[in-house]
Amino acid sequence: MGSIKLNNVTKSFGNVEVIPPLDLDINEGEFVVFVGPSGCGKSTLLRLIAGLEDVTSGSIFIDGNEATEVRPARRGLAMVFQSYALYPHMSVRKNIAFPLKMAGIDQAEIDRKVDEASNVLNLGDYLDRRPGQLSGGQRQRVAIGRAIVREPKAFLFDEPLSNLDAALRVNMRLEISELHKKLKTTMIYVTHDQIEAMTMADKIVVLHAGKVEQVGSPMELYRSPANLFVAGFIGSPKMNFIEGPEAHDRKAKTIGVRPEHLLLSADKGTWRGTIGVSEHLGSDTFFHVTVEGVGNLTVRAPGEVDYSYGDTVYITPEDGKVYCFDENGEAIR
Amino acid sequence: MTMLKLNRNKILFTFLAWSVGLIIFFPILWTVLTSFKTEAEAIASPPVFLGFDWTLENYSEVQERSDYFRHFWNSVVISLGSTLLGLLIAIPAAWAMAFVPGKHTKDVLMWMLSTKMLPPVGVLIPIYLIFRDTHLLDTRTGLVLVLTLINLPIIIWMLYTYFKEIPGEILEAARMDGAGLWSEIAYVLTPMAVPGIASTLLLNIILAWNEAFWTLNLTAAKAAPLTAFIASYSSPEGLFYAKLSAASTMAIAPILVMGWFSQKQLVRGLTFGAVK
Repeated sequence: MGSIKLNNVTKSFGNVEVIPPLDLDINEGEFVVFVGPSGCGKSTLLRLIAGLEDVTSGSIFIDGNEATEVRPARRGLAMVFQSYALYPHMSVRKNIAFPLKMAGIDQAEIDRKVDEASNVLNLGDYLDRRPGQLSGGQRQRVAIGRAIVREPKAFLFDEPLSNLDAALRVNMRLEISELHKKLKTTMIYVTHDQIEAMTMADKIVVLHAGKVEQVGSPMELYRSPANLFVAGFIGSPKMNFIEGPEAHDRKAKTIGVRPEHLLLSADKGTWRGTIGVSEHLGSDTFFHVTVEGVGNLTVRAPGEVDYSYGDTVYITPEDGKVYCFDENGEAIR
Repeated sequence: MTMLKLNRNKILFTFLAWSVGLIIFFPILWTVLTSFKTEAEAIASPPVFLGFDWTLENYSEVQERSDYFRHFWNSVVISLGSTLLGLLIAIPAAWAMAFVPGKHTKDVLMWMLSTKMLPPVGVLIPIYLIFRDTHLLDTRTGLVLVLTLINLPIIIWMLYTYFKEIPGEILEAARMDGAGLWSEIAYVLTPMAVPGIASTLLLNIILAWNEAFWTLNLTAAKAAPLTAFIASYSSPEGLFYAKLSAASTMAIAPILVMGWFSQKQLVRGLTFGAVK
């Protein structure tokens, strides 16, 4: 239960094609994250799967059955929206019970399932409150509760954490991951935050302008990005890109090195540079270094490292950690 | 210091608000007072404010001369009928424009509003002739129809604004939760839109109740509502201020009472969209 297959799916709004022909396989029980910058079509793709938007062409299969023309209610999927989309006039209990009521389940069974879900999500004390009386994190939990009671084939999450503050986001991230481990249900999660993608996903789908740039596990994308876009999008801080003679030496148009793969030294190394701004995080220190003939590089040094503005330093890229890209931005392997 | 200043501002604003309120209310107060005077006192110069002989004679005379309850009943039927008919047409229209807007939805809305910019007298003759030929003159049905059409743009606009405030995602959530179109309307949209629908209903009843141009021009005796009842005291036998006032007081009393009890809804209705 819970495999989803997209076959040559396209979506256009008027003359604008937001999703060019796209194929995608999502296996049962997988946690798949759609990630990409805003406007890349990731939410549209999720809405196509949900059935809230109609595909322009192509087909969608859920559990091997054609679902392209099936109404959202009949697809057996549950969705958690960015704005939570709780029913403001209903109590938490009624919100969670709503999908069960729509399915015509008897009241005793509804009560049992609502209690069960509220225990899983620690909502027991809030069941009689209205959504307006809850905090952001609690509302998010209610939205998740409403999704899990239906025991759907798959969960669809549309940027569910973007309205929460940073600390709460980390907590909810863990809670959702834990929920996935517990329920083992397929989850599709849309986000623009590559950290969420890296930490939660079994499989990441990187989207750019409606096109799938690469599909793979978080570490696959980190270790072998297929192109410049993926290389730049995955990893924080962003990968350094260098063009010019340094790239030509390696028979590439562009080379890329992640900040954590650059070694910093006071006396010797491949490139000589000058320290600009440094950012001290305690666990790491980021240096922005200007290297003549190469450009500006971000270097990540573990722990507390002290260089001052204007200091001369030497930078050496780690062996085997330099990525080469051709004129089209595709990785050269 | 700041507290003192705040208090002073509060007193000042309260005073201002009451003054403006009293100025607006004064004509109504004067009408009510005049209705209890004799005709001589009503036109006395300088005017008497409270020190006159209070009498109910105007009311009994007015009731004797013209049947108040018949006019009252006509007003009720016309304002309620036109409002309910209007809502019946406007709810689906506003729903469609708010949730499934097309390319020309904005144009349609503007076009509907633009009909309110037309002076009614401009279409009086054609409408009068149509009413004459279809035997709708001086009928409640005719007035219900014409007032529905006159107020429909306002009803649609108000409901549209209310529906627009309901986030589409909530309706989508209902769809994902397994609700069909009717469950979605019954369990999600309507409960959320009830305050909006209620204010629209109240405001429109008041508009229809007070509408004078069409009710005066398209009725004679049978279907005449309270507006015609007031007008009948205005000129033919010279001005009888006290009786006119009594008639006016009787005409506005029901709607004033209704307005008083539904203040909260009305204020929300009139300031809709103003505070997000």
